[in-house]
Amino acid sequence: MPASLAASPVRPRGGLLAATLPAGIFLVLTLLPVVTSVTGSTYLISLGSRVMIFAIAAVALDLLVGYAALISFGHAAFIGLGAYAVGILSAYGFTDALVSLPVALAVSAAYAFLTGLVCLRTKGVYFIMITLAFGQMAFFTASSLAPFGGDDGLTIAARNTLAGFPVLRNERAFYYIVFFCLLSTYLFCRALVASRFGRVVRGAKENPVRVSTLGFDVYRFQLATYVIAGALAGLSGFLLANAAEFVSPAYMSWQRSGELIVMVLLGGLASLDGAVIGTAAYLLTEEWLSAFTENWKVIFGPVLVLIVLFARGGLLGLTSALARRFMRA
Amino acid sequence: MVQILNGLQFGVLLFLIAAGLTLVFGVMDFINLAHGVQYMLGAYLGVAFYALTGSFLAALVLALAATLTFGLLLEFVVFRHLYDRDHLDHVIATFGIILFLNHGVKLVWGAAPLSLPMPELFSGSVKLTEGLLYPVWRLVVIASGLAIATMLYVLVAHTRTGMLVRAGATNAAMVSALGVNIRRLFTIVFGFGAMLAGFAGIMIAPILSVEPGMGDTVLILAFVVIVIGGIGSIRGAFLAALLIGIVDTLGRSFSVDILRLAMGPSAARTVGPAIASMLIYLLMAVVLYVRPTGLFPAKGR
Amino acid sequence: MPEPMLRLQKLRKSFGALVVTDDLTLDVMPRELHAVIGPNGAGKTTLINQISGLIAPDSGTVLFGGRDITGMPVDARARLGLARSFQVSSVLPRFSALENVALAVQSRSGSSFRFLGRAAEEAALNGPAMAALGDVGLAERAHVPAGELAHGEKRALELAIALAMEPKVLLLDEPMAGTGREETARLIAVLRRLKGRFSVVLVEHDMTAVFALADRISVLLHGRILASGAAAAVRVDPRVVAAYLGDEME
Repeated sequence: MPASLAASPVRPRGGLLAATLPAGIFLVLTLLPVVTSVTGSTYLISLGSRVMIFAIAAVALDLLVGYAALISFGHAAFIGLGAYAVGILSAYGFTDALVSLPVALAVSAAYAFLTGLVCLRTKGVYFIMITLAFGQMAFFTASSLAPFGGDDGLTIAARNTLAGFPVLRNERAFYYIVFFCLLSTYLFCRALVASRFGRVVRGAKENPVRVSTLGFDVYRFQLATYVIAGALAGLSGFLLANAAEFVSPAYMSWQRSGELIVMVLLGGLASLDGAVIGTAAYLLTEEWLSAFTENWKVIFGPVLVLIVLFARGGLLGLTSALARRFMRA
Repeated sequence: MVQILNGLQFGVLLFLIAAGLTLVFGVMDFINLAHGVQYMLGAYLGVAFYALTGSFLAALVLALAATLTFGLLLEFVVFRHLYDRDHLDHVIATFGIILFLNHGVKLVWGAAPLSLPMPELFSGSVKLTEGLLYPVWRLVVIASGLAIATMLYVLVAHTRTGMLVRAGATNAAMVSALGVNIRRLFTIVFGFGAMLAGFAGIMIAPILSVEPGMGDTVLILAFVVIVIGGIGSIRGAFLAALLIGIVDTLGRSFSVDILRLAMGPSAARTVGPAIASMLIYLLMAVVLYVRPTGLFPAKGR
Repeated sequence: MPEPMLRLQKLRKSFGALVVTDDLTLDVMPRELHAVIGPNGAGKTTLINQISGLIAPDSGTVLFGGRDITGMPVDARARLGLARSFQVSSVLPRFSALENVALAVQSRSGSSFRFLGRAAEEAALNGPAMAALGDVGLAERAHVPAGELAHGEKRALELAIALAMEPKVLLLDEPMAGTGREETARLIAVLRRLKGRFSVVLVEHDMTAVFALADRISVLLHGRILASGAAAAVRVDPRVVAAYLGDEME
């Protein structure tokens, strides 16, 4: 197997780091609003919500890219679909989350199912291309929806109510709702990976022929993974639409899909904690650098190249390598 | 008729870009997302050298040389370390290059679209048939594209290097095991591909506006071309490029009209452009469903 | 006359101009160990691939327990009870030996569309998996990543994986390939113990193993069956000796 960022071990890194890292991450996230209540600014809270929203999509994508070795370059489409479900329903007066959330999940799951049927018949770069194609299709459809803003996007009057209560409109409450969604997503994906189902999928990543000769229909397992990942991204989209109170085709652009892959990669593939960290790293860097210059990507581009060349295993790989060296010293 | 010619021109353009892409992928198994920005760079360099020299021809030659140099530089500094890596690594690294160049040209030349004037000789329109005028330059683009396609065909089918390239696209490890200097072959293939992309950029600059990000859409379409045509196959790329160029152009021009036959005019106007944009992707999905490795894959089915 | 467990009828397979399987007909009876021997290039692996479903024959039929499985995909055949090992070890390198076998057990024990519960801790899977590993002598290496096993151990693991599937027909593609004498002897002992549990199609070059284990032998030459019958008879069949065994018996 060629050496690459994808070669990070499927088994969790042993020892202290593996056990405490997720707890650490979620502890930080839990305490953030408490900390900021001291400073009184909502900026950090909304930034935190934004990071967590994308982290949900990144964790879902890691299922595909890291554990199933299915490199989807159209994942942003599912976020967009979830978001547009909220937007369109809002425009028609359906503003309660009890309506828009299930619809968002259903739409993204359905799209994942239908496109997955076709995509999963291909492999390798063909798979990458066809997921890209379906992502583009969603993008163009949204861009041409003139009654819903087309290219310019659609503003949502207000965030969804939750069973009638305007809970989401409170920044702090919204933060905790997003936190809850991220935590659930994370725990669910962790369980999935360790489950019987996850074992088949992980096996198919290593040796699909072998797994099928054992009696598993690899296609069905991959399709199920694809649908799950799509639905979770739809959840992310639902939250994103509420956070921004705005939806736009840009949510589904192929650049966004690329950025999602980068977020997953930064944390190290096949590491769900890593997906969260990678998302935080990417978005926080973006926030920070764009304060300096609009063209921060001129720097970020080469950084990405350097990461690919030298930092295998992403940030977590780097830190555990550093940790090992430190402990040896 | 005009639209068919436009489609042909677009197809030829796509072919120039797709040819380099399919060879690089076929021979080196390297996914080069940065190919699109090479096209963009060609256009920008064309503009820059024209501003310097005032002559289109000089600009063309200089920009080609510069694009080639830049391409070789990229290969040497970044890409050659990535050939043994996963496709994912290729995707991310070249994605980084796209970010770098898209914003880099914005820094150097600004975000406003630039243009490159056509050479005087070719700037008029010619009368093709009764009542049909067509820009000469577009015909030049078509002609040069076809000329290059022929040259490529001759090179690949009838020269020794071409044979090595074809062999490499079918089985690179074997070619290397036979003692061929595979590194040099890779560099040649890559440099040539970069030049083709740059050439496409320069030739199209007089017609389209030169701006950051112009390579992105074209890149995706080029990938669609090589996927439909089959990776590693020049012939496949040529046919697929022309097919896509024509389908896309005709689709965009006539989708609304065609749909109006089936649904009301306002519905057609909403749905039409969406379908037109999606047409290519639908085509690719259908092709891949029937032939999961494209129409003429070099490595066989 | 009992029904054959596996029946191949007039199988044909060509790759371009090369005819690899030529009008091949073969019966494997229930619970017999049927060896398929032949020189390299006779088409043995292609035959196994056609039986297990990795390659589709150009024409002919494959009947499994009386049922036509010629068009069935690989995984469906496996679920019916057709297990195989690979000539070039095909394990899951980053899974431990135990997990490799447990996955095979998993395919026989209920639905794998279970999203919760830790598969690695399921006694219902680990128990039979350890038993299979014990059968082939790998019990102490259960927690070693399969990619790190020695060559002979990997061959044994291949066998354990196939056994864990509780097959009705076991296809073994050169299980002794590249193993040393001790390892070969061990594998022969294991196979001898398993004889009679289910049908085995054993493709092998190692004649000691073949004559120690086989109930019946079929000789494959240029894609066709040259001779097929009880081991003792085939051994002395003049056509077979001339074409193949002559050199092997040295």
